Amino acid sequence: MTPRKYLVLLAIVVFASSGDISLSHGMKHVGAISAARWTELFAAVLNPWVALGIVLLLGFFAAYLSALSWSDLTYVLPATSFGYVLLALLSVWVLGEKVSLSRWVGILLVSSGVGIVTRGPSVTHRHQPELESAGDKR
Amino acid sequence: MNALRTWSAIAGIVFSSTAGDVLLSRAMRQIGHVGELWRRQGLRAVLKAIVTHPSFLLALFFMAASFFGLLLALSWADVSLVVPATASLTYVTNAFAARLFLHEHVDRRRWISALLVCAGVAVLAT
Repeated sequence: MTPRKYLVLLAIVVFASSGDISLSHGMKHVGAISAARWTELFAAVLNPWVALGIVLLLGFFAAYLSALSWSDLTYVLPATSFGYVLLALLSVWVLGEKVSLSRWVGILLVSSGVGIVTRGPSVTHRHQPELESAGDKR
Repeated sequence: MNALRTWSAIAGIVFSSTAGDVLLSRAMRQIGHVGELWRRQGLRAVLKAIVTHPSFLLALFFMAASFFGLLLALSWADVSLVVPATASLTYVTNAFAARLFLHEHVDRRRWISALLVCAGVAVLAT
């Protein structure tokens, strides 16, 4: 694992959390959309916060694809679950929510899981880039 | 009956979300390190390799299915049940699926990590 790869993992966490927060903030402005008026969902995209959220989530997807190209799924998923902790902490700092004891327990559990997996190898299979063999896809 | 309906939806979401992740991982593994590919052949080659890969397209289908499944489940049950249940169960099913289909070596360290994260997410989101 190089520093650049840790940066990609960090980008996954930051883009996913900020994208979710931005989307949720935007949808609160837009208001509830009833099933009968589902076409309003398309108009919601024009809300600047929703649009920003979509851009951030595209950034997340790009970083996620990049990480999966050089490490295992069972490494990337737990390693980036730190986003749940980040979201909880942001809800305290930004939104002023109170954090219950059970939530601190959850934060501790997720953090220990992240700590354990990131101390191990990021890849356990043999890499077989098949692009050199001109699009031959197993 | 309602509980059965909700848990069936949760099972469906967990299945499609796991299938989406495994297929995405398989596609990216076969394409290889995208940073190196970008340096060698440029961004266009990277994008082309990704969007034309059958596993990637199938992954998109499953991810869309899990998204709409989530919307459906949320119309039947509380978000405080659906989101933590699906998110935490997916960590465990992904570990099984990665071992089975991607032949990843899921050692004791990864199992413990997946279970800790699964428990943590369940506690956090309730």
